[in-house]
Order: sequence, then structure tokens, then C-alpha cells
Amino acid sequence: MPPTESDEVGPGGVGGRPSSESTDTEPESPTPKDSGDDAVPKGEGVSTEKGDAAAAPLPRGEAPGIRFEKVIKRFGHNVVLRELDFTVGPGERVTLIGPSGSGKTTILRLLMTLEKLDEGLIWIGDETLWHMERGGKRVPANQKHLHEMRKQVGMVFQQFNLFPNMNVLRNLTEGPVRVLGLSRDEAVERAKGLLDLVGLGDKIDSHPSQLSGGQQQRVAIARALAMQPRVLLLDEVTSALDPELVVGVQDLLRDIARQSDLTLLCVTHEMTFAKDISDRVLMFDGGQIVEEGPPDQIFGEPSEQRTRDFLQAVLAS
Amino acid sequence: MADVLDSYNQWLDGAWLTIQLTIFGGAVALVLALVFGLAGTSRHAWVRVLNRVYVEFFRGNATLVLLYWFFYALPLVGLRFTTMFAAILALGLNVGAYGAEVVRGSINAVPKAQFEATVALNFTPYQRMRRVLLPQGFALMLPPFGNLIIELMKGTAIVSLVGLVDLTRVSKNIQGSTGETVAAFTVVLVLYFVIAQVLQLFVRYAERRVDRMLGRRMPTEPSLGTIAAGAPGAGVGG
Amino acid sequence: MDWDWQYSGDILPDLLDGLRYTVIATLAGYVIALVLGLVWTLLRRTPSRVFNQAIRWITEFIRSTPLIPQLYFVFFVLPAWGITIGSLTAGIITLGIHYSTYTAEVYRAGIADVPKGQWEACTALNLPRSRVWLDVILPQAIRRVIPTLGNYLIAMFKDSPMLLAINVAELLFSAYQVGSKSLQFLEPITMVGLLFVVVSVISSILVRRLERRYATN
Repeated sequence: MPPTESDEVGPGGVGGRPSSESTDTEPESPTPKDSGDDAVPKGEGVSTEKGDAAAAPLPRGEAPGIRFEKVIKRFGHNVVLRELDFTVGPGERVTLIGPSGSGKTTILRLLMTLEKLDEGLIWIGDETLWHMERGGKRVPANQKHLHEMRKQVGMVFQQFNLFPNMNVLRNLTEGPVRVLGLSRDEAVERAKGLLDLVGLGDKIDSHPSQLSGGQQQRVAIARALAMQPRVLLLDEVTSALDPELVVGVQDLLRDIARQSDLTLLCVTHEMTFAKDISDRVLMFDGGQIVEEGPPDQIFGEPSEQRTRDFLQAVLAS
Repeated sequence: MADVLDSYNQWLDGAWLTIQLTIFGGAVALVLALVFGLAGTSRHAWVRVLNRVYVEFFRGNATLVLLYWFFYALPLVGLRFTTMFAAILALGLNVGAYGAEVVRGSINAVPKAQFEATVALNFTPYQRMRRVLLPQGFALMLPPFGNLIIELMKGTAIVSLVGLVDLTRVSKNIQGSTGETVAAFTVVLVLYFVIAQVLQLFVRYAERRVDRMLGRRMPTEPSLGTIAAGAPGAGVGG
Repeated sequence: MDWDWQYSGDILPDLLDGLRYTVIATLAGYVIALVLGLVWTLLRRTPSRVFNQAIRWITEFIRSTPLIPQLYFVFFVLPAWGITIGSLTAGIITLGIHYSTYTAEVYRAGIADVPKGQWEACTALNLPRSRVWLDVILPQAIRRVIPTLGNYLIAMFKDSPMLLAINVAELLFSAYQVGSKSLQFLEPITMVGLLFVVVSVISSILVRRLERRYATN
């Protein structure tokens, strides 16, 4: 993992919150490259011959870190994020928990440029997402800059958001062909690999409406991965699923997390899943981080009262 | 009755003109509806103003007034059209304004989540529109477009008042020459009805295809929203 | 292009005279449309399937055929059957009947738009049929349809110039008359056009207000 998180991020070099001292698991990306081979079906062999083009189902390579610097986001008079600072290391997998309205989802939406940043800076790698350099000055980003920056980020939505005007295959190939400029064949091959990975190889010609919620979400995950993002955002991805379908999607995401070296930000209400998937957990309330630490610590012996209350409420439900 | 039906040549010629006006007027209306409807969804305020001006002016005017204006008033200031062209323009401009509201409303009615998915996949604004919003909005546009094309077909009858020999004019002529008032005007209404039903069939067919494409089922009876959209006066959503 | 202001002023009284007929025809026709539309809707809810379908096709026929031949039919055919009516009356009746088939659709959709749960709640409360309609369904349905009905008033106003086909001396007819006397058509017809735009824009603003006031969600 070449780029270490904070020191080469931005000239300020504030280094974010003292996240690193509580998390000794974090810098070492727990993704041994070799463990992927047996778990990832087929695809792998093909991809090494072909190089990066039609590549392995799972994106690999250097994942950038993320850093929020005094980020403020308001909706009208409602301040959702107040001077928020935090850092996510390259390849780190972080889960955001907290009561609804605490700003977790807003963080993901800011990173996906679905919401506009009000104040502060958001770094992806060593570039700012919402600002760009022009004549030595930092100015608000234009569409082109946002387009460049979005190349690194992918998102899976709570409601899947598959395109109903396309079948499964086209949902997966449209982005790679139109945006990444892949040839049709390359995109189809990549889509097939990903559909096998999510266990839906036989649904390639289906229409989204013919799939169950769980299957739709698997397709949506494959669609996000097809763009080969380096940062993957998961926004309550199992909340809209029937209870019996939740585990399957969670298992899939856990496998993907283990076999890739994506930087992962996950908002969820499923605490077991959070424990499983993440290196670090951030507890949010009122637009600020209340507490953070490795999952064992947060779920086992939380030090803050608000965290304890929240966990109790969630477990009770 | 026999006299009225004997002049079937005239009826056919009249029907053919009515159909031509419907097709050409519809084509003009469709182009205008797409151009100005998409302008109405623009991020730039001045492009949206363009949409408002076009829609309010041409939707607010009566087609017949527009036609009289093209036919009687404009030639006096040196702008001369053929009657056919003036008629197509008047019909197209008027129905196009309703259509523009339908297009704008339908695009805006595509769920926001779909737009967000296109951002997450890093589509350019053009690709968002072309690949996702427009195809999905199209399904919403079809039922009100169906209403509009029938309204346009009915609207073509105004050309009989500026001397074009369409179905309505033929009925008047035949009534004059044969004196069979009841038969002449019954036949013309039936002919219009047949044309409307055929148009209806095309629209239904298109709707079924689009629904299959989007994998969903539409209600068999039009909803209040659809009716309001076809209502001369307002578009969907507002 | 010369705009003759003097001439415009002179013809204004004639145009206003025409406007009077336009307004009368529109409003009287609208009353017919509102009432007759309700009749169609109720007739379509009778238990007889054959009867319902007959009503459906009759309204469909009237709705999908143009106003002008309908005007001819009423104006020329009724006298042939021994009923003599003036052109304005014929115009009002035709306009009213034509648009009643639209308002019928609006009423129908408005009633269908009331959530099914409302009917079920009525059944659960064991309300008598008349109370269900008068206290629960119609109040909700009417709220929903008022803006759309407003739109049809504007639509009828804009269709009223077609009444000149049977020589009703409405606005456009007057404009044409004064124009053909002086052979100056630009001013009268432009003035009529602007008048239509102004009235339509103002009334659609009013309708949008209604929409906001009666918005159900």
C-alpha cells in the first residue's frame, strides 16, 4: 500500500482525527492478494492474460484514502454535518453507525457528489473532490473535475436503483461502454464475470422487474463493480430487502470486501454485518463523530453513553 | 344516403387531407415538444425561460386564432405561406406547446433515484438524459401523447374554415350539393371516429411495447394525472 | 410593418361586443358540461353491463370527433327534424355536450382516485350507501378534480372561436368582420390573439393556485 493516509493528503497536513492510534489493524490492508484466487471463480485466469481491460471481476490496485476536513453540510437551517473531520485509510473498510439523521448517509452522498458540499474539504487520495487548483488557487470544482473524481468512486443504493429501461446485461455494460469507453465485447465479458461472482450468471437477459429484491441488489453491486471503482460506498444496502434475503447479500459483500482492496464506506443498521465487514467503526450523532474504534471495541465495550444507548436501541428492535 | 355515399371519391380525398394534416402537424408538434420540453428541464434559467415563453404563448392561444393570424394577418406584413403550411404550423405550434409540458413533466417525474444512479455511474449530463431519463420518461409521455394526437386530429377540422378541403369541408360541400343534411354530417362524424380509433390502436400498441420494455403494467383506465396532462390548459406536474 | 393605433382603438368596441358572446357561450356551455358530465358518470355506474358499454361508446364517439362537424350537425340537422334553434344556442349546446364527455372522464378518474382503503373503511363502519357517497367519496373526489375542471374551462374558452363556423358573432368572428370591412386584418386578429394569451395565462395561474390549494399529497 504505497500511499499512507494522512501525511501526503493536502498541504495542511492536519492528519485528521487521531484515528490511527486506536486502530492498529488499519494500515495493513487485510487483503492478501493470493487468497482471492481460489474464491473468485473463473475470470481471474482470463484477466491476467488480458491485462486490465476486461479485468478480473474485482477491482484491484491502489485504493485512495479519504479525508474530511472541517466539512459542513446544511439542509436549509438544519446543519447535518458540523465541522466534521475524519480519515479513512487506503483500502480501509469503515462502517458508519448512528441514529437516523446523524449524517451518515449524507457523508456517502457527498462523496458520490449527490449532495453539494457547503464548507470544508473532502480529499480522495491527494486530490480534493469539490475543489480544484486553478492558477495556484483552490476554486470550486467544475463538471469536468467532478467527472474525473467520480471515476474512483462507486455506490450501491438502498433501493438498488437499477435502470428499468435496460435488462440486467445492459445495466452492467452501459457504464463501462459509454463512460469508460470499453468495447462492447470487453464490457459483456466483464459483466458476465461479475454476474458469476454475485451468483446470477443465469439472469443475464432478465429484466430487473423479474428479479427478487435480493437479486436486484446483487445486480446493483455488480453494476457498481463493473465501473472498477477504488472506493465503494454502501448505503444501507440491505434495508429494503425482505429479512430472508438479507444474509445472502451480506455474505456476498463480505466476500467482496475480503477479496478486494477497495476502500469501503458502509452505512448500515445491521450490527453483525458491521462487525463482520469493517476494520473500524465510526459512531455518529448530531453530525459529529461520537466514538470510533475497531468493531470489537465499539460493540463490545463502548466508552460513550450515546453509543451504548444507540446499540441497545438497535439490538432491542 | 345513397347520394352521399356515391361521392366516396370526395370523402376519400377529404380523409386523406385530414390524415396528412394530422401526420405533418404531429411531426412538427413532436419536434417542438421535445426541443422545448427538454429546454424546460435545463439547469440554466434562461433556457427554462425559453420553454415558458413558448408554452404560455402557444398553449394560451386558440389554434383557430393562430391559423387566422397566419392566413389573414401575416400576409399583410409580407409573410405569405401556403394554406397547407399555415395550417400545419398552427396545429404543430399549438399541440407542440402541450407536448412540451408533457415532456418536461415526464422527465421530471422519473424518480430522482434513477438520476442519482446515473451520477454514481459517472454518466455525462447528455448520457443521463439520452440513456436513462428520456427512455423512462418516454413511457410516461405516451398516454398523454396519445390524447394529444387525437386532439390534433380533431383540431385539423379548423382548416375547413380557411378553404382547405378536408373531411369537414367535404361534408359541408356534399350537404350543399345533395341536400342530405343528416346523412352528410353523420357520415363525416363516423369517419372521424374511425380515424380516432385507428390512432388509438397505434397508441395502445406503443404503450404495450414500452410497458413490456420497462417490465411493468399500466392501469387500463387513464388516471387523473393522464387526463390532466391531456387537458388543454396544463401539463403534468406543473 | 405598420401598426395602426388609431384603427386599433376604433375596432375595440366591436371586439368587446364579440367577447361578450364568447364569454356567454363559454360559461353557459361549461354549466352544461359540468352537469351532463356527472350524468354520464352516474349512468356508467349502473349495474347493466350492456348499458354501461353503450354509454361508454357514445361518450367516446362524441369525444373523439371534432367540434366543427358536431356544430354543423346540431345546427343543420335539428331544424331538419323540426327543431329550430339560433346559432348561439346551437353553439352553447354543442360546446357543452362535447366537453361533458371530458368532464365525465375527470369525474370517473377522480372517484377512482379515492384510495380503496376509504371504501373499505366505510364498509367497516357499516355506513349506509348514501352517506358513503355524500360524506366520504364525493368530498374527496371533488377536491381532486377541481383543478382539472378549471383547465377544461380554459380549454372551452379557447375552443369557442370555432363557433364562427355556424356564424356565432363571437370574438374572432367580429375581428374577421371588422378586418374584412377595412381589409386590415393584422390589428384585429393580433388583438384577439393577445387577448386569448392574456386570459389563458391569467386563468392558468389561477388554476395552479387551485392545484396547490387542493393538493392531496
